[in-house]
Amino acid sequence: MSKIKEGIFYTDSHEWVEYIDDIAVIGLSDYAQEELGDVVFVNLPEIGDKISAGEAFCDVESVKAVSDIIAPISGEVTEINDELADNPEMLNSDCYSAWICRVGKITGEGKLMDAKVYGKFLVEQE
Amino acid sequence: MESKTPLYECHLRAGGKMVAFAGYLLPVQYAGGGVIAEHNAVRKAAGLFDVSHMGEFILSGKDGLVNLQLLLTNDYSNLADGFVRYSPMCYENGGVVDDLLVYKLKDNQYLIVVNASNRAKDYQWIKDHLSGDAKLNDVSDQIAQLALQGPMSISIMQKLVAAADIPQTNYSFKPKVKVGNIECLLSRTGYTGEDGFELYCSAADAPFLWDMLLQAGEQFGLRPCGLGARDTLRLEAAMPLYGHEIDADISPLEAGLGYFVNLDKADFIGKQALIEANPPPRCRVGLKMIDKGIAREGCFVYAQDRTIGHICSGTMFPYLGYAGATALVDRAYKPIGSLVIVDVRGRKLQAEVIKTPFYKRQK
Repeated sequence: MSKIKEGIFYTDSHEWVEYIDDIAVIGLSDYAQEELGDVVFVNLPEIGDKISAGEAFCDVESVKAVSDIIAPISGEVTEINDELADNPEMLNSDCYSAWICRVGKITGEGKLMDAKVYGKFLVEQE
Repeated sequence: MESKTPLYECHLRAGGKMVAFAGYLLPVQYAGGGVIAEHNAVRKAAGLFDVSHMGEFILSGKDGLVNLQLLLTNDYSNLADGFVRYSPMCYENGGVVDDLLVYKLKDNQYLIVVNASNRAKDYQWIKDHLSGDAKLNDVSDQIAQLALQGPMSISIMQKLVAAADIPQTNYSFKPKVKVGNIECLLSRTGYTGEDGFELYCSAADAPFLWDMLLQAGEQFGLRPCGLGARDTLRLEAAMPLYGHEIDADISPLEAGLGYFVNLDKADFIGKQALIEANPPPRCRVGLKMIDKGIAREGCFVYAQDRTIGHICSGTMFPYLGYAGATALVDRAYKPIGSLVIVDVRGRKLQAEVIKTPFYKRQK
């Protein structure tokens, strides 16, 4: 059973988003990293990139395939987690700490679920 | 609807993550493992694979050899009993129908092992081109195949098989060997770049053989391995996979398989086309990514703003620790050290032509 962190929000494409004041932090859920398998490369966005909810803004490569990461919200990338460039496996080992980027100037959000709703969503997925 | 191999229940018990592949449900990886761990187990210890999806045909009749010689690009006239030989099988235009292994059981009796995804096509192609006294039987459903691969494979096999029954040289086999109490065809072959064995047994015996091997191998670090590791292992060893490095529109000469094409042989299907296109204008090369990123199948390859080819297969090599790929490119870029650009989803990444196989085991 996939781990779900309380107090943050999830998309139906298995990204998580945590709001800290007016900044949103984005990462991948435990379910996502399990589905991906061993992550070997993260093609990070760049600071200043404008991202739109529901649209791909970066991608991650597992041994077998490449997967788009879909923006949970709309806004502007203010910070990226450089550590992932050298240690992409952090997305597997500690997915709720291994954030991908922080986004400011938030102008909108896609369809987000809280931990409880996301838990039900995962059960229906199985 | 996908078929199950005789080992389906074994995979579920071992935590296999099942996916559809070539009409079968097979594990892509196992719980507690993952592609990288499974890959490295095969390089450093041993791995056990279910390859029961592969197709097996028996070719028999007194014109068996004559037919093989006509169907396949390699030469079988001097293949001895108990030996195995690899060959491409070509269309008239030199494109590849499939690549396969031929086991010589005895004079004019051969076991042919083909790719699962090509089984029906191959059966039809061979049957349509048989002449004289030759009969083809598809025995795939009665046979299970397991692959035990890695440096510790020999130690595991020695626990279960009498020394005299272990095939000693690469590409040799023993047709009837007791592995524990199970009768197998035991072959010193594989698809990983390591020493190892491929074991053919009856479908009914397969789960017992699987459990016996896993148990015998536990002390040597043996672990079950899925399709994910099978693909990264074969790619690190630069072994071709049908649909990637070879295909109906890629000739074996382009794919760098000239060693397995005997143009001096009297005649075989595709010979004329292969002679006319020799040397071919494009060839297979190995690439190492210089820029960060992973080239994937289908990505275009450029040099001096011109398209010079495409990626056949690409991945992050788990054992070597760098991203690499095979590519089919203009032969001007064949020399080691040639620099090319790979378009990876809009990003232009530099890569260098390097020697293949990427990984070669120390003997």
